[in-house]
Amino acid sequence: MLELRGITKRFGPVVANDGIDLDVPPGSLHAVLGENGAGKSTLMKILSGFLPPDAGRIRLDGHEVPTGSPRAALRAGIGMLHQDPLVCLPFTALDNFILGREGKIDRAAARGELREVCARFDFDIDPDARARSLSVGERQQLEIARLLSLGVKVLILDEPTSGISSEQRTKLFSALRTLAGEGLIVLFVSHKLEEVEELCDTVTVIRAGRVVGERALPCPADELVELMFGDLVVSSARPPVEIGAPALRVSGLAAGTGRQAITGVDLEVRAGEVVGLAGLEGSGQRTLLRVLAGLEPARAGHVEIDGCSLDGSSYEGFVSAGVHYLPAGRLEEGLVPGLTIAEHLTLAARLSDWVVDWDAARSRAEEAIEHFRIKGGPDTPADALSGGNQQRLLLAMMPEDLRVLLMEHPTRGLDIESADYVWTRLLARRDSGTAIVFSSADLDELVGYADRVVVFFSGKVLADLPAAALTADRLGTLIGGKVAS
Amino acid sequence: MRRALQVVPALWSVLAALVVSVILLALAGAPPFRALGLVLDGAVGDGGRMADTLMSWVPLTLAAAGLVVTFVAGLWNIGVEGQVIAGAIGATWAARTIPGEGFVVIPAALAAGVAAGALWALAAGVLKTRGGVNEIFGGLGLGFVAQSLATYLIIGPWKRAGIASTSGTEPFREEVWLPTVGGTRLSPVAVILALAAIAVVWALLRGTRFGLRLKAVGANPASARLLGVPTEATILRAFALGGGMAGLAGAVLATGIQHKLVPAIAGGRGFLAILVVLLAAYRIVWVVPIALFFAILSVGSAQLQLRLDLDSSIGGVLQGILVLFVILIGGWQALHRRDAEEP
Repeated sequence: MLELRGITKRFGPVVANDGIDLDVPPGSLHAVLGENGAGKSTLMKILSGFLPPDAGRIRLDGHEVPTGSPRAALRAGIGMLHQDPLVCLPFTALDNFILGREGKIDRAAARGELREVCARFDFDIDPDARARSLSVGERQQLEIARLLSLGVKVLILDEPTSGISSEQRTKLFSALRTLAGEGLIVLFVSHKLEEVEELCDTVTVIRAGRVVGERALPCPADELVELMFGDLVVSSARPPVEIGAPALRVSGLAAGTGRQAITGVDLEVRAGEVVGLAGLEGSGQRTLLRVLAGLEPARAGHVEIDGCSLDGSSYEGFVSAGVHYLPAGRLEEGLVPGLTIAEHLTLAARLSDWVVDWDAARSRAEEAIEHFRIKGGPDTPADALSGGNQQRLLLAMMPEDLRVLLMEHPTRGLDIESADYVWTRLLARRDSGTAIVFSSADLDELVGYADRVVVFFSGKVLADLPAAALTADRLGTLIGGKVAS
Repeated sequence: MRRALQVVPALWSVLAALVVSVILLALAGAPPFRALGLVLDGAVGDGGRMADTLMSWVPLTLAAAGLVVTFVAGLWNIGVEGQVIAGAIGATWAARTIPGEGFVVIPAALAAGVAAGALWALAAGVLKTRGGVNEIFGGLGLGFVAQSLATYLIIGPWKRAGIASTSGTEPFREEVWLPTVGGTRLSPVAVILALAAIAVVWALLRGTRFGLRLKAVGANPASARLLGVPTEATILRAFALGGGMAGLAGAVLATGIQHKLVPAIAGGRGFLAILVVLLAAYRIVWVVPIALFFAILSVGSAQLQLRLDLDSSIGGVLQGILVLFVILIGGWQALHRRDAEEP
């Protein structure tokens, strides 16, 4: 029996896990379901010792499991298969398999053991192949074999089916069923309803860091969708928008590699139109936005802004065509830690002056601070600002005339007031004829602000629908990859 | 406020380093306080010694000023030692081949030093931006090449008439030596160049768009690129500027101190400059006193050998201890700050 009691974890102001309790009996195939950012991965990382909790206890078969140490968790019998399997790429499969064992290393015995596990579950791993040459699915099989050989009693799988073939998926599921039949606890973390329904016996739904429900499966899909996303308030009070000529036209676009790859993407966005990109994290939205910003090359297809082709153009070419990109990682790829607000605005002004007039720059910064209601002064470093104020600074740094504005998670991590403010600003841009394309994991935001929602699944456009025609159920199931409902 | 707090670890480190140095000196069998007194006396005891200390300060400061530029841009320009050597080679070439009066040849030699140092650093920069070679490894490799090139020139094409010796090339004509004053080895031109380098870097980082771009590229290249900073050009310019200053240090060493090219012309000053910049936490103004302190230790510790029969490398040991303590205490504070922020 696995028991979690009161697991709580905060990241700054964000409560990722808020007093989570969970009981899972041996032999369970138990799903942990929730939308992006609900706190599933955090919970699993705490359970596997990867992150220390702020509060809470873990017990397995009546014994206290020490928290905050993957080694201690493994010793207690809890092993985790991470979304990106944590194998050492330069090592062979066998070396990876041995890694983490204590005491003397017997390579011959380990080789036999690996062969045995592979034969048992029909895994196809060459012990002497470099991990680098293995596919994601094979790396996953290797990790499962390793964790089993370390004697885990709880096997956690975090989104194990993204990026693996359907054959590997079938093998994975049958292996998990066998293992559960032998009394192992399998915790299956996902936001794909279909898989959870197919594989698991029981499910715990997490929303905003709390457990919002437990169900035995099968159970009606609507019920799970409602648990996952809550009640969706669709605002129909959208003012009619003057929509102009096509500002952005994408045809047959292919780009990115591996999990991030997109293929055959067609999209047209008109001036003054807002298009939301929905989908699971890593379904291709980010790759599309980065290609449209000129930060990643396209493998095939065409991109046009105002009818002018930008194929093969550099980032600077996209910028001068009137494209602006606001990335999700504000401090990672939008702002420069250590530089002040005045310095940021000066950089963003893209002037070609040699000597900077800092008095003028400071007074410009003060204007922007007042205009965008940033809590800080001209000399406040960007990394000392809260997330909301960082986003306001990024808005203040946007050029005046924009044709296309691209955004990733425009309000992620922001409080309601900041999020509203950000959208007020963005809609003002829309009203002046800027085409806006944004990705979001927040269904309220997608339905509430977009004129059209484009749903991505596995690097392809699954649906392109007017937001007014969308309901919570429909969007939720689409995101999970089900077209018909 | 933050800056004031950052100076405190430096003070603690100096104190800790002094304590350890005193213990070390005692272990080495020297009366510690007398030894420290001798170091001070050996460095600033009379006009001649002060001149020597200042002339040791000049190349260190020049190289350190250049390093501040590259370090601010996030570039670990470990190849600075090689850039000093390249500068000395360039200056030697000019001093040997350009005929004429000193007031023509000396500026030409200094300029050749700047050009050679800048080229050497640019090589590391291009290896980084176009070849994907980390500047640490590229710089180290190029440093060995510069060192070998100097040795080859000394025993090969530029060997002294009749004898090929690693003791150096034929001394330059006296007209092309940096002019000195007061019967000491002090060259006012060299001191002015070092102060000018400090002023240039200070103004660059404080008031120019280029300086702002350097900081942006150093702190976050991905964001800087999104903000429209031409990252590759900025990186290469930082290398050229930093290498140029290191090359000038080499030119001063050749024309103002050695008056010829010797294999050990840089003598580890480039590496020492890295320590100076680390201690200064990349702040150009702090380079001046810290380089002076290091020059005092280097010049003064010669006295330990003469008077106490201690090896003069004890000066290097003292410098090393100081840097270790500064980095240790700075790192320890950062660690605890992080712990406090992420409970």
